[in-house]
Amino acid sequence: MSEPAFIDVLSQAEIDAIEIEVAHLPDRPSAAIDALLIVQKHRGWVSDESLAAIARLLGMSAADLDSIATFYNLIYRKPVGRHVVMVCDSVSCYVMGGESLMMRIRRHLGIEPGETTEDGRYTLLPCVCLGACDRAPVIMVDDQLAGPLAESDVEDVLGAFE
Amino acid sequence: MSERPLTERIDAAGGFVDGGRYEEMGGYVAARQAVTSMTPQEVCGLVKDANLRGRGGAGFPTGVKWGFVPDVPGRKYLVCNADEMEPGTFKDRYLMENDPHLLVEGMIIAAYAIGADRAYVFLRGEYHESYRALTAAIGEAHANGCLGESVFGTTYALELAVHRSGGRYICGEETALLNALEGKRAQPRTKPPFPPASGAWGRPTIVNNVETLCNVPAIIRRGAEWYQSLGLGEDSGTKIYGVSGRVKRPGLWELPMGTPIREIIEQHAGGMCDGYRLRGLLPGGASTDFLVEEHLDLAMEYGAIQAAGSRMGTGTMILMDDHVCPVDMARNLQHFFAQESCGFCTPCREGLPWVEQLLLDIEEGRGTAEDLELLDHNAAFIGAPGNTFCLHATGAIEPLMSALKYFREDFEAHIREHGCPYRSGPGSAAEADDGAN
Ligand SMILES: Cc1cc2nc3c(=O)[nH]c(=O)nc-3n(C[C@H](O)[C@H](O)[C@H](O)COP(=O)(O)O)c2cc1C
Ligand code: SF4
Repeated sequence: MSEPAFIDVLSQAEIDAIEIEVAHLPDRPSAAIDALLIVQKHRGWVSDESLAAIARLLGMSAADLDSIATFYNLIYRKPVGRHVVMVCDSVSCYVMGGESLMMRIRRHLGIEPGETTEDGRYTLLPCVCLGACDRAPVIMVDDQLAGPLAESDVEDVLGAFE
Repeated sequence: MSERPLTERIDAAGGFVDGGRYEEMGGYVAARQAVTSMTPQEVCGLVKDANLRGRGGAGFPTGVKWGFVPDVPGRKYLVCNADEMEPGTFKDRYLMENDPHLLVEGMIIAAYAIGADRAYVFLRGEYHESYRALTAAIGEAHANGCLGESVFGTTYALELAVHRSGGRYICGEETALLNALEGKRAQPRTKPPFPPASGAWGRPTIVNNVETLCNVPAIIRRGAEWYQSLGLGEDSGTKIYGVSGRVKRPGLWELPMGTPIREIIEQHAGGMCDGYRLRGLLPGGASTDFLVEEHLDLAMEYGAIQAAGSRMGTGTMILMDDHVCPVDMARNLQHFFAQESCGFCTPCREGLPWVEQLLLDIEEGRGTAEDLELLDHNAAFIGAPGNTFCLHATGAIEPLMSALKYFREDFEAHIREHGCPYRSGPGSAAEADDGAN
């Protein structure tokens, strides 16, 4: 028996987008990761309520879905800022000065990796190789790459994200 | 200028190749030819004769792999591995962003050859531009009758969709990838059964890398002999080689398979930046063994690199210059592998963080001679194939073992001098890190 109250947590736009993914797949739980990413796209992160609603929609338990959600780097189970700043800490960027770049960004934002600025504007996360090693050191803000990034560019690049 | 079947359209278009441009430049001729006038066995045979080898890292012969798909009724899957999370690797992104139709066409031919009626691109989540390019190209291919209920007007039907990953390196391992595709945690599966027998949702499945599949259209159009003739040595075709690190022009170049390492670094990447000297390189991504100066004249092909104790891997090399501390670079690499372990088996889940900690201790001057022995022991134990459930841990140890071999003197100097000779006091990243914590 479905409990519509739970499903109501999701917007029609979210449900429609999830159903499009379901249509490509042999069964509903297979769309778990797609559904989590879709809801996160609309809300910035996946709350317990969203998680329960997605689980209902896909016909699986919330515990199972949470074990999936927490496995993946790009699914956020905690709120994030308006912009997510991902700084590559893998080897090509490391060779090109990625650690000092990260230091510079930490100082500029006044937060540690994993934290969000008080005004809710930025969340800072280390991330693995972004596949743009010819532009190292590189960062990604939301869905935009920036690199090669000199430490002196940090303020301008981040400032563009209101 | 040698032939460049993978990137010639991108060069001619000066960047992104849209659907119209792709068709004009001979696009979908190969797929149409394969689907309308060849049997699946003929397509497999041609790819086998061409000696196309997988570009995802292992170099397995593609036509041979396709031949493992059993001739049984029912659903079969083709999955393109577009996870590309091997640090230092950026070639698949280039192909997908700039010439997405080439991948779509390669997938149509491959799917037809193995009898698949469903295909997926398993795309890493951070590749937003690739996602836009691929979904648009798939839409166009559908509209033009290259995909869907009746491919090129035949009875062959094929659906192609993109799955975006939630992001974990282990998703690139093909059986973990299949679990992720099924919406599960990306833990590797027991082999056998291998995916060609039982893969996605328990059905026969072929997983191939992006670059591998992009090679297929030209093989169909121009034949196995032509394809073989492109390679300089024993391997066929061209390869997208890449260089990152302190060179004048980091980048990617499609070159004949077997181009010497030195030519790639000096001619194409413009050589080292002024004031930097090359000390070592990881030839094919983070999970390959270091090579050093004496290896520079080797051909970048599977056999030659393997004979030198490394692997060609993804063919995108990462250079270590003389300003980089080998101990700290090894620590950076192990940090990645420890973090990305799926956690399923003990030597990998517990061993890699231990190795990372030992490296950090040595780097920061707390290391002892016993720590170095422990590092040797752990590396040998964790890296031995068969001690872990999948090749993640084996790959993790490759750069470490070789660093311990080629840069031994650096490890010993750290222990002797109780610190890192490369760090010149305050201002270095580690010092700053400590200060902030
Ligand atoms: C830990 C690990 C990560 C891998 N990551 C990738 C990857 O990101 N992309 C890829 O194509 N192959 C990757 N592979 C190799 C795949 O398992 C598989 O061999 C490959 O996709 C087969 O395609 P190919 O035969 O066309 O090379 C990885 C393997 C391991 C063990
Ligand atoms: S070797 Fe590592 S990644 Fe592979 S199964 Fe074991 S824990 Fe998971």
